[in-house]
Amino acid sequence: MTETKGAAVRYENVQKSYDGETLVVKNLNLDIPPGEFLTMLGPSGSGKTTCLMMLAGFEPATHGEIFLNDRPINNVQPHKRGIGMVFQNYALFPHMSVAENLAFPLQVRGMGKAEQEQKVKRALEMVELGHFGSRRPAQLSGGQQQRVAVARALVFDPELVLMDEPLGALDKQLREQMQYEIKHIHDNIGVSIVYVTHDQTEALTMSDRVAVFNDGVIQQLSRPDVLYENPQNSFVAQFIGENNKLSGTVEAVEGETCTVRLDDGTMLKADAVNIDGVGSRTTISLRPERVEFDTHETMDNLVSGQIEEMIYLGDHIRVRMNVAGNNEFVVKVRNRGEKRDLKTGQTVEIGWAAGDCKALDAVA
Amino acid sequence: MTIQTHADETNGTPEVLTTADGKPLKTSIARALRREKMRALLLIAPLLLFVIITFVAPIVDMLFRSVENQIVSTTLPRTVVELDSWDGTTGEAPGENVFNALHFDMTVAVERKNHTQLGTRLNYEESGISSMFRRTGRRVDDFGEIYADQFIDLNSAWEAPATWVSLMASPDWIAEQAAWVADRDAARANGTAFEQPEPAFAIREGVAEALPRTADIYQAFAEFIQTEDQDSPTEEEPWNAVYTGLHDDLLANPNAASAFSGETATLLSQAANAVSGFEKISLREAFIDADEDWGNPYYWGVIQTFSPSYTSGYFLAAADAELTPQGIQMKPEDEQIYLYLFWRTLLLSVTITFSCLLLGYPIAFLLAALPARSANLLMILVLLPFWTSLLVRTSAWKVLLQQQGVINDFLVWTGLVSDAGRLVMINNQTGTIIAMTHILLPFMILPLYSVMKTISPSYVRAAKSLGATDWTAFWRVYFPQTVPGIGAGAILVFILAIGYYITPELVGGTDGIFISNRIAYHISTSLNWGLAAALGVILLLAVMLLFYVYDKIVGIDNVKLG
Ligand SMILES: Nc1ncnc2c1ncn2[C@@H]1O[C@H](COP(=O)(O)OP(=O)(O)O)[C@@H](O)[C@H]1O
Ligand SMILES: [Mg+2]
Repeated sequence: MTETKGAAVRYENVQKSYDGETLVVKNLNLDIPPGEFLTMLGPSGSGKTTCLMMLAGFEPATHGEIFLNDRPINNVQPHKRGIGMVFQNYALFPHMSVAENLAFPLQVRGMGKAEQEQKVKRALEMVELGHFGSRRPAQLSGGQQQRVAVARALVFDPELVLMDEPLGALDKQLREQMQYEIKHIHDNIGVSIVYVTHDQTEALTMSDRVAVFNDGVIQQLSRPDVLYENPQNSFVAQFIGENNKLSGTVEAVEGETCTVRLDDGTMLKADAVNIDGVGSRTTISLRPERVEFDTHETMDNLVSGQIEEMIYLGDHIRVRMNVAGNNEFVVKVRNRGEKRDLKTGQTVEIGWAAGDCKALDAVA
Repeated sequence: MTIQTHADETNGTPEVLTTADGKPLKTSIARALRREKMRALLLIAPLLLFVIITFVAPIVDMLFRSVENQIVSTTLPRTVVELDSWDGTTGEAPGENVFNALHFDMTVAVERKNHTQLGTRLNYEESGISSMFRRTGRRVDDFGEIYADQFIDLNSAWEAPATWVSLMASPDWIAEQAAWVADRDAARANGTAFEQPEPAFAIREGVAEALPRTADIYQAFAEFIQTEDQDSPTEEEPWNAVYTGLHDDLLANPNAASAFSGETATLLSQAANAVSGFEKISLREAFIDADEDWGNPYYWGVIQTFSPSYTSGYFLAAADAELTPQGIQMKPEDEQIYLYLFWRTLLLSVTITFSCLLLGYPIAFLLAALPARSANLLMILVLLPFWTSLLVRTSAWKVLLQQQGVINDFLVWTGLVSDAGRLVMINNQTGTIIAMTHILLPFMILPLYSVMKTISPSYVRAAKSLGATDWTAFWRVYFPQTVPGIGAGAILVFILAIGYYITPELVGGTDGIFISNRIAYHISTSLNWGLAAALGVILLLAVMLLFYVYDKIVGIDNVKLG
């Protein structure tokens, strides 16, 4: 595969409605630089596929404009956009062999036979299916079909490839393997990829940046680590990784941090990320692995709670506790092999730093 | 299997697996399955019976009728035997022996009134034969009158039925018959019912050797009198043919009387002495006199050709050929119709199938692409024709298509055609094609639709994203996936079309009819069931052959009905 530079994509104030009553995509603005692996992540029905289909040209935007390499493409036919696409069910043509499937985009571009064959061969080698050219798609396993679909989307050297939940039909192990393979291919050929998934691990593993969708709106657009460490709102905090929620009222704001009074009276210090000021309701978000049992006086937040349940998970122990009236409070304790005196029903003290918990918008 | 192999390796004898109660496992399974099978069989039994009686049996009967030809050998048994040794290539009509046999056969056939049926049958092969049989039938009884008169002139005893009974019947039968008469008369006197039939006639021992022809024809006479006329040989004067037989026998064997005794022997030897002086008649000439075609070896050739009980004649006729005494030949150009009719049926069926495909494909596509609610409405419209009678629909086409019909009126009104130039769209091939395409359209749409419905729209999207235009995406990606539906629809429509009858009959005129209309004609009008059966068998074979070819090319696994 030749070194292609990826394409730049820009959504400008894009809206989409199917029925003229509800907006499925609400004022989308998104800038994708060349060569980026961008993932649209969100729950089912949040409008991810719709965004992708508008980019591919199969759904018209109700309002706004989409640019490909700074060229508006709203009125460009799908087949002239030169965008590779991988579908969830692969959409491999069942009546053609694997090689014919791969040659299809080259044929319709009028490429010479010899060049076609060479490109098909190289694409098959890229996905390690060198000997499968003469098989029918139905004679391949799910993972192999998946690779053929990826190879087909790349064989004509598009600058942009769209993937709509391409790994959804695979089992967990295969899915993880394919994640790395797709990532490597992206790293090697530098094509821009817009990837749609509802699986947050997939998004975090593969992407340069992740756009978290909910209800037709991008909730946050960040690098995966930022998304996890610094969620901008409760939805993102909740959707990405595991998360403890504690509701309360803002008592005081001191620069970057604030003091929150939980509903049972406990006072906590937290990063002021997304609050409306003193007296407003807030939800504190705290990752389970940031909570410590080895407390010491200098910790910003010290509370006590009762252990409700302990689950042994090998590399860590999952402790469910009742903290400040929330009995879904989870603490993950890394398994370092040391003996610890934790028992169900016991009341223990736990603590964490103010920077590890974020005061976000209140959820009902 | 694997267990047995394993046992073989360990101790050399295969180990029989048994159930807990010690019975071999296989037997137990077989028994359990047998019960299942019996139950399944019981469930389908009513339908199976129905199908066998109403479908399989008629087809087998039809297959049989297409080769069956026993009418010649049952109606003319003696002639067929004599004719066997006749050499048709000599250019001479057969000799006296054949006509003698024909005389007897015709006499019996005329009495039984089935000589015209035979005439009709042979007329299928050569027109003109029917009138030969009809005309001769009226005269055949007179042929032997000359001998009857001379016997009676010689001795009036020959006129009495009793003379003949004492000559021909076995003494046992005479005794039995007398006893039967006594019983009957007693019953009559008592006024009680008497249902018993007369004992079946039995010939006297030795008569068949002494007077073979007489015995032969008299037996036929007695049987006919007893079974058909419900009368008794003791009360009926024999046919003139019997006198002819006696004349021939006595001429050939003047010592015949020695086989008899008493009065009959005297009577017979008197006759034997006289016959050589009798006035003679040539039956050959008598027949030719009745209808000169009996002297034509060609007609005899036809009779000889169709003497066997089974014939390929119907099949040959169905293929516009004929079995002549010289072998199989094509019929003259102007008499050939069936091959052309088969060809036209095939051609029209293909045309109708293609019209259905052309019209049905876009509809099915629309059905599969539309949202459920509109698709359901459209589906109802597609199925609507099924809810109306076929006859009504076909008649509606008559109203629309005829020269004074709705479409022509409209065209004339718009000025597209002149009043004098009204289009002929009915009672010809156009009418058949239009009406049948309409009637068979749903059979194309339904399988197409059910296949198209399973094709995910992402295939076409994928093709377009790969750079294919709308047309390329359709032709290279969508269309090939609908081929199984096309196959199913085409085969359904074609097979329905090729055997269609009612619509071509109503709107086809003369040049829009199908082979099935001809079959119906032979079944109900010309009553040539053999030919109808042969045509039907050929049609069946043609469809099966096409089905086979289709399977080889498209593959029947590739046909999807849903
Ligand atoms: N072709 C369509 N017609 C009408 N509504 C649609 C269509 N496709 C999607 N929708 C609606 O738009 C919303 C977003 O759908 P989609 O973009 O498929 O979400 P996602 O891919 O995030 O699961 C959903 O509520 C869905 O019901
Ligand atoms: Mg989706």
